[in-house]
Amino acid sequence: MARLVVLGGGVAGHTTATFAAKWLGSQHEVVVVTPNAKWNWIPSNIWVGVGQMTKEEVTFDLAPVYAKAGITYHQAKAVSINPEGKEDSDKPFVTIEYTSADKAGQTETIEYDYLVNATGPKLNFGATPGLGEGSQLGEHTVSVCTADHAVHASEKLQEAIEKMKAGTRQKFLIGTGHGMCTCQGAAFEYIFNIEHELKKAGVREMADIKWISNESFLGDFGMGGLHMKVGGYVVSSKLFAESLFAERDVEWMIGAHVSKVDAGKIEYELLDGTTGEEEFDFAMLIPPFAGVGLKAYNKAGEDITDTVFAPNGFMKVDANYNAGAYENWKASDWPRTYQNPTYKNMFAAGIAFAPPHIISKPMSSPNGTPINPTPPRTGMPSGIIGKAVAHSVCDLMTKGEDAKLHEASMAEMGAACVASAGKGIFNGTAAAMTVYPVVPDFEKYPGTGRDTDYTFGEIGLAGHWIKHILHHLFIYKAKLNPGWTLIPE
Amino acid sequence: MSEKKLVEEEVNFQKNDAFSLTMIPGAFARKMRTCVIWQFIRFLVINIKMIIVVGKSH
Ligand SMILES: Cc1cc2nc3c(=O)[nH]c(=O)nc-3n(C[C@H](O)[C@H](O)[C@H](O)COP(=O)(O)OP(=O)(O)OC[C@H]3O[C@@H](n4cnc5c(N)ncnc54)[C@H](O)[C@@H]3O)c2cc1C
Repeated sequence: MARLVVLGGGVAGHTTATFAAKWLGSQHEVVVVTPNAKWNWIPSNIWVGVGQMTKEEVTFDLAPVYAKAGITYHQAKAVSINPEGKEDSDKPFVTIEYTSADKAGQTETIEYDYLVNATGPKLNFGATPGLGEGSQLGEHTVSVCTADHAVHASEKLQEAIEKMKAGTRQKFLIGTGHGMCTCQGAAFEYIFNIEHELKKAGVREMADIKWISNESFLGDFGMGGLHMKVGGYVVSSKLFAESLFAERDVEWMIGAHVSKVDAGKIEYELLDGTTGEEEFDFAMLIPPFAGVGLKAYNKAGEDITDTVFAPNGFMKVDANYNAGAYENWKASDWPRTYQNPTYKNMFAAGIAFAPPHIISKPMSSPNGTPINPTPPRTGMPSGIIGKAVAHSVCDLMTKGEDAKLHEASMAEMGAACVASAGKGIFNGTAAAMTVYPVVPDFEKYPGTGRDTDYTFGEIGLAGHWIKHILHHLFIYKAKLNPGWTLIPE
Repeated sequence: MSEKKLVEEEVNFQKNDAFSLTMIPGAFARKMRTCVIWQFIRFLVINIKMIIVVGKSH
């Protein structure tokens, strides 16, 4: 009997663990180590953040689901990996620290035959002074990155609405809290949900709403923007995004690195090198992401973190990390199997893998401050990668070490994103977008780098219905309810 | 004095220099976004496209 250990019970890790457990049956053991007791459908945190959903509607307990799937579950965080074992044993192992109330702080080692790192991002609030400490959100701004953050954001939003009802104007600042952030899509969705809620509450006229982001143009989304067919034209997402903002009277500031956050005020630097301040009453600023800080040690106990992980803390996989300047970047730089090049029994899935480089054009201010979005690894790619990795590991375990690995390159896969505004069935709208492929391939699709038959964006009720369906479908699937394997990632 | 012609969806162009350089949907485009029959058709079309994208990605 061999053992697969999956670190992280989020979108990628849950997908890997549940498929592996199904495919391997009782022949082998699947173990999940994750600090969270609940699974969270993160995209719906946006609705929690405007008070349209409760935390309970977007989360569920992992323990009964893992018990049903025959998965061994440790509510703990991984601290380090020893891929060569220790002096008296060749068996690789991970060291974990429990986070559950009954065992909090206790450490343990778990041996593995195969390891999948799906630990997602560290929400690196500490990268911007005043935005937070380490991965802890600070006191001046709100976040929707976790369900608890979103509950807090919703409370602050209600306070702001009450103030406006009492006659005090409020300034809303939504976007990215650092020059190297990703996940602009989440902030984009949140700003339009806020705008919708303020209208609904009858206080829109009392609010100034402003977008601030590190994108060099509106609609970059960390993917260098996208082109889509609209009304007989092929247009840039810049036009699409600017139109949405102008229609809803939402101002924007782009190419911005937030350098400091204080009570009611941020300091920023722009791509042209100028600096300034912006005041706010309510701010939701997405933090930059980093790896979760796992350490790695060799057999002698020496630190080999630099061998296993990239400087940003994400795990090295089969990507081309030596592509050099922007002009040389190719779609083929992106990983296909997510296998660690040094230790072949280790894989990374979802946000946890180190991308070869960013997707957007690299930019920095004349002062040398990099201001560009880092690459997004949204839910759909994270799920697809998680499943491909599960396939590979299962084949390695059942067919032997020469089994062919499964592939899932982000330069050959699409992503669907639905950014809704409002939650009602007939009074909300949404921008439904698909992009294919996520990483543009200018050799295959000269011009836009993408297939414009399958890269599109559209605003309307239809996208809004899709968002509702996705919410229920993905929670149904993650709970492993009957027929769950038929629902695609 | 000539009469004022107020087109509601054009008002935002004047609010900000950046707004005036982009496109803002007119009344018809806005109506279609919430027209249930049209949106049902678009729902089918978007779903089919998304299923193809999902299929191509696996
Ligand atoms: C507000 C918001 C809205 C979004 N909306 C969309 C959307 O509409 N569509 C879309 O496609 N994507 C969306 N995304 C992105 C999507 O949520 C991510 O792409 C996806 O969650 C990434 O999956 P993952 O498994 O890599 O990371 P996660 O889902 O974050 O999972 C990582 C897991 O690892 C665990 N972990 C952390 N540290 C350790 C450790 N040391 N040891 C073990 N486990 C650890 C975490 O607790 C977590 O369970 C959104 C993101 C946000 C923040």
